[in-house]
Amino acid sequence: MTAPATANAVQEDAAGHVLAFPAADTARATRDSRPLRLITCGSVDDGKSTLIGRLLWDTKAVKEDQAATLRRDSNGKQNDLGLPDFALLLDGLQAEREQGITIDVAYRYFSTDKRSFIVADTPGHEQYTRNMATGASTADLAVLLVDARVGLLEQTRRHATIATLMGIKQFVLAVNKIDLTDYDRARFEQISHEFRELALSLGVRQVTAIPLSALKGENVVYDGRASMPWYDGPTLVEVLELATTRSAQTVGFRLPVQRVSRPGESFRGYQGTVAGGSVKPGDSVVILPSGMVANVTKIVTFDLVRNAAVAGDAITLVLDRQVDVSRGDMIVAIDSQPLTGLAFDAHIVALQPDGIQPGKRYWLKSGSRRQRVQVQPASQLDLQTGKWEHAEQLSMNAIGKIHLVFDEQAIFDPYEQNRTTGAFILIDPDTNNTVAGGMITAKRSALGGIHTEDARVILSLPADLADQLMATELFAGRREDAEVRRVSAGKASEIIDTIDG
Amino acid sequence: MPHTHPETELHNPQSTKPPLDPHLKALENEAIHIFREVAAEFERPVMLYSIGKDSSVLLHLARKAFYPGRVPFPLLHVNTGWKFAEMIAFRDEIVKRYDLDLIEHVNPRGAAESVTPFSHGSALYTDIMKTEALRQALDAGQYDAAFGGARRDEEASRAKERIYSFRTPDHRWDPRNQRPELWNVYNGMVRKGESVRAFPLSNWTEVDIWRYIQAEDIPIVPLYFAKKRPVVERDGMMILAEDQRLELLPGETKRDEVIRFRTLGCFPLTGAIRSDATSLDDIISELETATVSERQGRAIDRDQSGSMEKKKREGYF
Ligand SMILES: Nc1nc2c(ncn2[C@@H]2O[C@H](COP(=O)(O)OP(=O)(O)O)[C@@H](O)[C@H]2O)c(=O)[nH]1
Ligand SMILES: [Mg+2]
Repeated sequence: MTAPATANAVQEDAAGHVLAFPAADTARATRDSRPLRLITCGSVDDGKSTLIGRLLWDTKAVKEDQAATLRRDSNGKQNDLGLPDFALLLDGLQAEREQGITIDVAYRYFSTDKRSFIVADTPGHEQYTRNMATGASTADLAVLLVDARVGLLEQTRRHATIATLMGIKQFVLAVNKIDLTDYDRARFEQISHEFRELALSLGVRQVTAIPLSALKGENVVYDGRASMPWYDGPTLVEVLELATTRSAQTVGFRLPVQRVSRPGESFRGYQGTVAGGSVKPGDSVVILPSGMVANVTKIVTFDLVRNAAVAGDAITLVLDRQVDVSRGDMIVAIDSQPLTGLAFDAHIVALQPDGIQPGKRYWLKSGSRRQRVQVQPASQLDLQTGKWEHAEQLSMNAIGKIHLVFDEQAIFDPYEQNRTTGAFILIDPDTNNTVAGGMITAKRSALGGIHTEDARVILSLPADLADQLMATELFAGRREDAEVRRVSAGKASEIIDTIDG
Repeated sequence: MPHTHPETELHNPQSTKPPLDPHLKALENEAIHIFREVAAEFERPVMLYSIGKDSSVLLHLARKAFYPGRVPFPLLHVNTGWKFAEMIAFRDEIVKRYDLDLIEHVNPRGAAESVTPFSHGSALYTDIMKTEALRQALDAGQYDAAFGGARRDEEASRAKERIYSFRTPDHRWDPRNQRPELWNVYNGMVRKGESVRAFPLSNWTEVDIWRYIQAEDIPIVPLYFAKKRPVVERDGMMILAEDQRLELLPGETKRDEVIRFRTLGCFPLTGAIRSDATSLDDIISELETATVSERQGRAIDRDQSGSMEKKKREGYF
């Protein structure tokens, strides 16, 4: 979709009535994949809502009656292009319109002839970070906006960090309002450079930086070559069309059991959505936490008895023997099992005014499993320095590391490996509200209260191998826990000899 | 265009219909997941059934979610008494065919105080016969979860709504204080009297609905297909003129037009569109070039922008 930015202009008469619309040439999106889910984030007024409004407008997802309403609601509040305030397409709550800000996440839908998209417009105010986290949890890609005149802000850092923690690996840096800098190339390059450094420190490698004007629609759907001849990279939509959707098909089979179906004496099936890997009749599986083993006999769906199911499929599984399975259990591959235990480490984002209190008991829900947990905050991320500081409790919007201690066996995969079985929410039993979103990082062996937190291991590795290890995201996430000294092979064996005695 | 269907659905000898494309499959999977989660977590779920296309899809997904078992909750139809006759006939046929439990509720104030869309105006009428009626029915059944077929692409305040939408004991929605909803981990914890509205079709668009109806061969009310029908022009809408209770106003005349409906509700408040679409294929291609949204034909949504949010705060679906 490349055409000059003016090609999409809406024709209208002096009174602002729409006379002609961009030709409705929206071809059928090919449905070869599931929709790409993306979020827009960034600080207040960077233009997030305007950008999505522009995406909807230029992909013709806005219908005439909606445009007429929009025009009426804009109340003469038009920009110098005579276009309505696109943000009003998104800010659908009365309070948002009154205050001119985004309070809660809005989900919108649009498609090009290559693909369809679900976009979450998230609020920029720190106070509403929880709604940004909500949007980030399911996104495949984040569009991070910065105002070209202002550059990176703490909110940019916060949002990039939350997005990364939540497993987003593809970023678009949208350097917006470039029209207000006279299309200053140096400015664009400086901001992209700064962001790439931030991204690297977070372990993100896929960043596309685009100079754009959401308002004028330059480099959004249509290219902005007329104003920015110096930019020959892709438009935003081109990047979105090529982005990848993630799936958990390559890891071990996981089926969190939602309910047991027993319509009659002769049928007993376990219903749930495959959260990882695949399964076929004949496979041996283990039921957790009991540890009982069984074989899959049938995969039942409404349409047909299937010969296999993969991550994402909602199925009913039938096993070859009478085993005790109930809601909250997990049926998993026998040769690739998740972690089970009573103590885990996790990252969380605190979402409510009361924050997260030390030692408090919460409900934890992960998949279909809900259990009691005691939460101990350990550290909190300092967004200014990017360092983890010791913390006793976490306040609202804080990003923290916590220890989780359960009364009964818990079952997880590290979030890195599985975005479903590694994710959880915390629910405050006093208010029933969702107070945190969390991502499992590791299992702890909390035997007899001895914490392995301080345990250290010395590895002696060839430098190239060490470099590769340090370049991994896992390492990037725990940089501050590691101490790295480069020494010669001779020196290394000297040191290790003294340890071995 | 080569399709990348999961290998698992190819060449299944027992399958007669072609597999869903990955886009619709993903939407179906998500909806089934939500149905099962709510059915397992709540004590008294109910499904709002309005007989329209979204309800038809919702019902189909419910049947899929619980197969081979029965749908484990009743359907609730909040009737105003002013639905299209064809809708009611269709409803009764579906309930019989699929062995469903149907609860019908009509607000007794309708008859007692002669509340009609003509006498009370669309806003007050909707308030009493739909919003208030729904609250009555939900209270009577003590339901702690109610499924609805709302989609986020329908309207700006719906675009903000969670999949589990929390309601206070008096059914209020507080859009400024919604519970965060991360991943597909839903918080179903409510106290006595509180409830959630659950929306399995949140992420579907109107085109998705039609394409799914086509792919799955889901029965729908014939009013969605174009046919020559008697209409009368009123308030800028074409209204179906079949019901005896519709009195022509001075200057109004009945005439025949080839029309269909894009949404279905109460016949005096629902505008028809001129259309030649007599098949699902026709409807889908009509939609893909449509320049107006589906809600345009609904009087109750046009009152003012933000009117849906207001109604929702008060307990409307
Ligand atoms: N000149 C110019 N103004 C913009 C651009 N994008 C957004 N704006 C304006 O910036 C203001 C804030 O935009 P909004 O979308 O509400 O920001 P949000 O808080 O990030 O959602 C509005 O007045 C927009 O019209 C742009 O590319 N160029
Ligand atoms: Mg905004």
